[in-house]
Parts: sequence; C-alpha cells; structure tokens
Amino acid sequence: MAASDTIGGTPRQRATDYLLRRHRFRMAEALPWLIAIAVFFIFPTRMTFGSQVLVMVMFALSLDLILGYAGIVTLGHAAFFGVGAYTVGLAAARLDWTEPISGLFAAAIAAGLVGFVTGWFLLRYRGLTLLMLTLATAILLQETGNLRSDISGGYDGLPGLTFKPLLGVFDYDLYGHTNYLYALTVLAIIFFFVRRIVYSPFGQALTGIRENVRRMHAIGSPVHRRLVTVYTIAAAIAGVAGALFTQTNAYVTLTVFDFDNSAKVMVMLILGGTGRLYGAFVGAAVYMVLEDYFSKLSPTFWQFGIGLMLVLAVLFAPRGILGLFERIGDCLAERKRS
Amino acid sequence: MAALQVEKLNRTFGALPVTRDVDLTLERGARCALIGPNGAGKTTLVNLITGVLKPHSGRVLLNGEDITASSQADRARRGLARTFQINQLFRGLTVLENLCMTVGERDGHCNNLWRSSGSKREVIDEAIGYLDSLRLTDDALKLVRELPYGRQRLVEIAIALAQKPRVLLLDEPAAGVPSSESHLILDVVAALDPDIAVLIIEHDMDVVFRFAKEITVLVQGAVFTQGTPAEIMSNEQVRAVYLGQEGHRGGHHG
Repeated sequence: MAASDTIGGTPRQRATDYLLRRHRFRMAEALPWLIAIAVFFIFPTRMTFGSQVLVMVMFALSLDLILGYAGIVTLGHAAFFGVGAYTVGLAAARLDWTEPISGLFAAAIAAGLVGFVTGWFLLRYRGLTLLMLTLATAILLQETGNLRSDISGGYDGLPGLTFKPLLGVFDYDLYGHTNYLYALTVLAIIFFFVRRIVYSPFGQALTGIRENVRRMHAIGSPVHRRLVTVYTIAAAIAGVAGALFTQTNAYVTLTVFDFDNSAKVMVMLILGGTGRLYGAFVGAAVYMVLEDYFSKLSPTFWQFGIGLMLVLAVLFAPRGILGLFERIGDCLAERKRS
Repeated sequence: MAALQVEKLNRTFGALPVTRDVDLTLERGARCALIGPNGAGKTTLVNLITGVLKPHSGRVLLNGEDITASSQADRARRGLARTFQINQLFRGLTVLENLCMTVGERDGHCNNLWRSSGSKREVIDEAIGYLDSLRLTDDALKLVRELPYGRQRLVEIAIALAQKPRVLLLDEPAAGVPSSESHLILDVVAALDPDIAVLIIEHDMDVVFRFAKEITVLVQGAVFTQGTPAEIMSNEQVRAVYLGQEGHRGGHHG
C-alpha cells in the first residue's frame, strides 16, 4: 500500500478525472450542428426534406434513450409519435388550436401520459413478450383511430392543416425554411435535455439496468420505477417529434402508427449506433438520404438499395456506423503505438 | 436482536421440496458457513433470504423486522447484500462505474436526472476507496469484461461492500478462481468488517473451518445439523453424508 502512495496515486487521479470530465462537451460534438446549419445554406430548396430528417433524428433520439441506454426493446415506439402527431392534428382540425409551440407541449403531455400508463403495465415484461406487447399497443391505438374515423379522418387523415405563425411572427414559406429552423431549434433543446439525462446518475442507473438487471435488483435499485420514468420521457419526446411531423407536413394520416414507422426508426438507430446519442443523427440522416437517392435512381427497385445497405451494415458495422468509426480509430491508435 | 433470522422457511419447485423448515440465525458480526452436498438447496436458501424467490411459508427477519413480503431491492436498501455464485456485474461498464452506480443507488443519487454523475466528488472518492481496499484501483478504468475472472470476483465483493451491508451473504466467493489466486479473495473475506454478519457458502473445507465460528449443514433442503467447526468436524454423520464424500472427491482431483 505504501508503494502505491509513493507513485503519487496516479491511477486514482486518472480514474477520478475520467468521471469528473466525462460529461463535458467535446469539440467533435459541434459537428452535427454545424452540418445541419451548413445544409440550410447549401441546399435551400431541400428544406422540406431536411425538416423530415430532423424529425426522424428526434424520434430516433427518443428511442436511443430507452433502447440504447435502458435496453428496452420495443416495436411500438410509433405509438407515441402518432399520439403526438394526432394531438396537434386534431387540435388544429377540430378545435382550431393552431398555435404551434403550445401544440408541442400538448403533444409531449399526451404522448408522455400514454407512455406512463402503458409503460407502467408493460415494463414488468422483457424480451419477446415486451416486443409483442409494445407492437400491440401501437396497433390498438391505430385501430382506435380507425374506429372513430369521423374524428380522426381515418386513413385519409387530416389534410391541409394550417398553423399560426411561429411566435406570432415567422410565417411559413413555400420552401420550408422556417420549418427547418424551427425543427432544428426544437431538436437542439430536446438534445440538451437528453444529454443531461444520459450523463446524470439516473442515466447511469439506466445503463446498469441494460447491462445487468439482476445486479440492479441486488443493489437495491427500484428498476420498474426507473424504467417507467425513462419510458415516459422517451414517449414525450417521440410525441414532440410526431407533432413536428404534422406541423411541418401540414397533414397527418393513421399511417404514423404503422409498424413500418416503429421498425424504421429502430433500423435507423441501429444503423447509426445505439447508446451513443449521435447514432440517432448519423443513422436517420444516412438512412433517409440514401432512401431519397435510391428512390430517385430507381423508383421501382429502390428498396433493394436499402436492403443491401442494411446487409452491409450488419456484416461490417454490427455496432452501427459510429461503432465502425470507433473501431477504425482504435485500430489506427493501436498501429501508431506499435 | 439477531441481524438475520430465518424461521421455518419452506419452498418447493413443483413437487420437489428444496427448502424444508429451515431455521437459521445470524447475530451481529456472525461468521457463519453454510455447507452441504451439491443440490442441498444452498443457493435457493440465499435466493429466499434475499427475495429473489418467495417462500411458500416461513419468515425472514432483518434486524427484527419482518421482510418476508419485501422486494429484493427493498431488502438491499435495508442492508442485506449478497454476492452471486456466478458473477453478476455490469460487464460493459468500467470497474469504477460499477462501484459509483452502487454507491449512487444506495444513497438515492440515481433519482437525479439533471446534474452530471461526475459532479459529486464524494461518490467517486468513496467508490475508489472500495477499489483501493481490494487493490483494484489500477483497473478502475478498465471494462469489467476485460478483467480476468479472479479480478471480476473481487469487483463482485467490492460492490457488495459498497452497499454498506449489515448482513452479507457470500455465495461461493472463490468459485471459478484458480487456486493460485483464491487466497486473495479469501484474505478479503477474512478481513471483513467485524460488525457485518456474514454467511458464506463454500466448498473448500479448509476455508470453512478457518473462517466460520458456526457451521450449518444443509442436506436435501433441510438443516441436518448446526454447530461449531469442532463439533461439525467430529460429527460422524456429517462425515458420512458430506465430508467423506468431499474427501473422496478431493482424492479424485488430487
């Protein structure tokens, strides 16, 4: 023990520093935001598509909280996206409530509430059972909308919605410039919250549940309460994403609840890399840009391109694109050392 | 008042009784060993005491309070800690994070969603303190899965200690560790805080006789006999059902 004292306790110091500094912003983290701003100036005619990418980034980010950090596998995350989308859609079409920002809050509350109630029941289960139950939740919500198509508009949806200017000042232009900046701002705020949560002691406990739930019980963690909490938060964020989707597209149909939507967001997240925040950015952007490119290249066979990309990703980047970069970085560092 | 008291505990799996009318008392600071042949129900008893399994009848009391209906996490928060026969660690996290998590959950820090987990210096210092005491500090920033199994076993014990338990159940702490390293773990066990009541499940009779002040022999789910090491060693029946068998097995391995 005297020996380690004479070294000056360097391992101890290093270990402490690591935890003290881990949550600080790194320069590289500015990159996605700079790119998003650059895109605004470089592709001024593609802002509608750009807004859709930002919406999917937010949706994937909410999934990362529960899948990447807490290890909850779900195939029904579109349920919350849909509840958010319909909250602002119905408010605008039936109640003439067209103020966009209060709409986001309403969507977050509605989706969070659905997340809390379903989560409280479903999060006692894990694995395949949970997968089926979350899937069923989304379908039940979709069919409820279908049953009352007099209110929801059924599969024809609620077309031609109009919203009040942002903050009463910024009106929407044909090219979607306002929408893009609006979506980017909301995404930045949400990201700030998610990042805080991920690096908080609560976020740590979530990774503990993901890594070993038996041990979490054994050290006295209220696992169910933690899971319901994060599920509610993720549902609220997905609801905001859904609300932005409705607002930027000015329409919404029941397809937002589709299994397709749940599966797609999961594929995007896994493609980018789970449990690392920026995987949502990379995955959603790469997936949607390629989808857009392939569908123009070949309107009939574009899905082949997407399929091929996924096969390549599974073979060469099983931990996502960011995981692949990390591995390449490690390899280069290793080579430099030897 | 006993630190841990188990009264007439019963549990069956289907038609098979695995725990039968077990009584067990651990006074404060007790050093007790639980031995018995394979399949005697030792781990099941630990699972019943810690709340992983619910007994079909009987009671478990922790510091005089009835915890039979309490959840596993609730029992842990009241000061009942255990180690697992097979490591149950956060393998993808660093050793230090494993400890910080334990301290954080123990003190309720993990209810906080807003401040960064590194902002409480005292949590980190305490976590490193446990690593220091088990000489794990050099591995603090390594992922658990990168450590050799023997070192992982030490992390398992460090986590249990970080819970600041009043009762500690050690389920074969040296299992799976090469004998050249097992003395490290047994030294740690021998040096545990004398205030903690410890129940150890162990197959190595040398360890049991050196460590324990009382020994409980479990056979087919029921308490066969209880006594001091000297009494157990001189008990002809125990030798017949257990020690003899062990000696025989030891002969094979040796």
